[in-house]
Order: sequence, then C-alpha cells, then structure tokens
Amino acid sequence: MSAIPLARLATAVSSRDHSIGPADAPVTLLEYGDYECPYCGRAFPIVQEVRRRLGDQLRFVFRNFPLTQVHPHAERAAEAAEAAATQAKFWPMHDWLFRHQHSLDDDGLLSGAREIGLDVERVRRELAEGLHSVRVHADFSSGIRSGVNGTPTFYINGVRHDADYGMETLLAAIDASQRRDQS
Amino acid sequence: MPSALEGQQAPDFELTTGDGRRVALRDLRGSPVILAFYPADWSPVCSDQMALYNEVLPEFERYGARLLGISVDGKWCHRAFAENRRLRFPLLADFEPKGEVARRYRAYDEREGACARTLVVIDGAGVIRWHYVSPVDVNPGADGILAALGAIATEAHT
Repeated sequence: MSAIPLARLATAVSSRDHSIGPADAPVTLLEYGDYECPYCGRAFPIVQEVRRRLGDQLRFVFRNFPLTQVHPHAERAAEAAEAAATQAKFWPMHDWLFRHQHSLDDDGLLSGAREIGLDVERVRRELAEGLHSVRVHADFSSGIRSGVNGTPTFYINGVRHDADYGMETLLAAIDASQRRDQS
Repeated sequence: MPSALEGQQAPDFELTTGDGRRVALRDLRGSPVILAFYPADWSPVCSDQMALYNEVLPEFERYGARLLGISVDGKWCHRAFAENRRLRFPLLADFEPKGEVARRYRAYDEREGACARTLVVIDGAGVIRWHYVSPVDVNPGADGILAALGAIATEAHT
C-alpha cells in the first residue's frame, strides 16, 4: 500500500464539467468549492484576476464541494448553479452566488435566478425535486477521491495545489507547473 | 516507504470522548477502525480535517469503518468543538498522560507538544494496515483512508 496518498485529480476534466477558457489551454486550474464558504468567497476575485491575466493560456473548471454540515445553504446553492447550467447560465449563476454569499436561502437563490434571467419557476421546481443533487454529490465524491482537504482546493493541471491561494502564489505555482510540464 | 507500523498489531488504548464516554480500541474489533490524529481543535472550519471527515462519514460507513479523532485537547474542549462543528463521530482526549497514545502510534510531534497529522487504518483483526504522517500543515484529506478501506474490503471478499 502506498505510503503517500495521491494528491491528484481522480476524475479527469471532461465535457461534463463546467469550464471557461479554451479546452486546449496549456493550463487547467480546477477548483473544488462551496458557495457558502467564506474562503471560497475570498478566492473568487483572485481566480477572476488570474483568469484575466492568463487569458487564453488558462482554462478554469469549477466542481461542487458543499460542506453541508457547517454550511446549511451550500448544497442548495450548488444545485441552483447546476439548475442554471441546464439553462446555459452556469457561470453567471456561479458569479452571482459568490457575490451574494449572505443571501443563499431559497428566496435569495430564486432572486439570483431572476436577476440573471433564468426561468425561475423551472429553477424552483428543480430545487424542490432535488433534480441536481446527484450531480452535486458526484462532484463531491470525485473531490474526496482526489484528496480534496477543505474548501477551496485547487488543482493545477491535475495536481493538488498545497500552498495558499493568494494571487502571487497561484501564479507562481502555475508557472512552475508549466516549466515542469515542458522539461 | 511504508511505515514500520504497517502489519503490526495496533496498540490498544482506552481514552475519554468529548461526551465523557470511554472508548477502548479492543471493543471495536471486527470492523475497520480509522484513527485520525490531529494537532488541535478549532482550526478554520472550511479547511478543518475533522469537518471534512464529518462530511465523508457516510463513505467510511459503507465499509463498516469506525472513525476516531484524537488530539491532546481535553474533553471539554472536544465537547465544545464537536458541538460547534456538529461532528457525528467521537473525539478522544489523549490528554493524561499527554500524548501517550499518539507516541505509541508515532503520531506525536515533540517540538509542538501536539499530535502530528497522522492517519492509521486498522483492520477488523486489529492489524495496522496503513499508517501515514502528513507533511506539516497539509491536511491529508480522505482519499488515502478510502483506498486503505477499499483494499481491506477487497481482501475480505477474495
């Protein structure tokens, strides 16, 4: 039995994932996150800035990892983002959720859905039916098997990023992974 | 490098939980046991190892495994922490003599005077099957535990 657990992505990025940026970008930054987690909230503008700086060099992927025992709204918020995805608006909803971390009760989620132009009744119905809980749980499960150890957990080209997620640290780690991949 | 403790019989112990019960390893024979030694209660919630395991508990239970968190914090501290984080598994106080159980599992950091982040998976026969000391400041996650439980389960069925 290996003495070192593999801190690598157990489930490769696929078309099933929510991603933004070119599929053939040299860098894929993947986050396992929780919409109610304050640390993920703090990481949100950092990720945006990293994306802005790296442009076409970066593909960003987000997977759900709701810590439901400590964040009572995290599961529903994740399901709301998945509901938005079925209306081709995952990223607007994703951004809305991180900008409104204190309005994540059901009313808040629906007003977010309204604000970004979703079919609100459909979102309400899908949340009530728990239609997207299987997807959210599949993300969570893949995270566990990939060594997610808290939220947010980042992977750079499939390898867990174990340092902090300040912008300079992330950019340096991305740079280092590039040089490693080239050598 | 596998730890020298792998393949050895797990040292028995009896410790007090946050709610005042005594838990003895010998009483848990027959099912796998996970020991999660960790430095201290009250680390930031979203990156907290015990909060993570609380979420993963159903996956551990699928293997019939019991999870015990162990630190040198006292039982009152454990109680407050477990209530605050709504932990659904026991936290054991390796409090007096301080760190004695952790030492026997090579899970004690003398310099810090606290448990090192160490994971131990024990099979139903009481044998240590996996022993892993995480690098300083890296919460090890749950993937290694699940891999070890998976290996034990596979063996039991062949």
